[in-house]
Amino acid sequence: MSAVLRVPTVLRPAMGGATVIAVEGSTVGEVLFKLTTTYPAVKGQLLNDDGTLHRFLNVYVNDDDVRYLGGVDALIANDDEITLLPAVAGGLW
Amino acid sequence: MLTLSSAHHDTIVATCIRALPNEGCGLLLGTPSGVVVDVVASANVADSAKIYEIDPGVLLRAYRRADDEGLEVLGVFHSHTHSEAYPSPTDINQAPDPAWHYVIVSLRDVPVELCSFRVLDGEVTHELVEVVD
Repeated sequence: MSAVLRVPTVLRPAMGGATVIAVEGSTVGEVLFKLTTTYPAVKGQLLNDDGTLHRFLNVYVNDDDVRYLGGVDALIANDDEITLLPAVAGGLW
Repeated sequence: MLTLSSAHHDTIVATCIRALPNEGCGLLLGTPSGVVVDVVASANVADSAKIYEIDPGVLLRAYRRADDEGLEVLGVFHSHTHSEAYPSPTDINQAPDPAWHYVIVSLRDVPVELCSFRVLDGEVTHELVEVVD
């Protein structure tokens, strides 16, 4: 499947600077794994070592949060728009 | 420098007070030069008095609205309920965007204090906040 992926500002320097890129894959996990092989610098910000979604990364397929669609197993259809949104968080941890 | 109206200032402070005893938070929409055009309150999905996390749905809608209206997501605000208006080590570690304005409201004292910071490579810079009407 061929989809477009919106790259958040904070990940652009490590992903070639583009705002939107074309990606291939049948699931969210497949797309993200391919990104980590193309752009190794972002690996720790996208996926955990066990292949699950990083705690501080939100992934949307079109308007839907993939945590409610099966996480990395969420299916991608042609022309879907995938948005990566690193969590905005902080505090006195 | 961050520029906002007194109404935006009051919205930020009111959002933080309403969230008590938890930390309150939200996003700032505006122009690249740092002029706030709107304040978007968010639920604190961390549901905590010590940490905050913006609702990711609010974040997604804010980015889309910014794209549609030719604005930018300028930054984020959150409250410190019992400590000074200065970024904690966690705030700094979780603040990776050097372009963003990080507004912190301290509710420790009366009157409350609102400050804004930039964070570049872990280094915090206090910036001027201009309140205009």
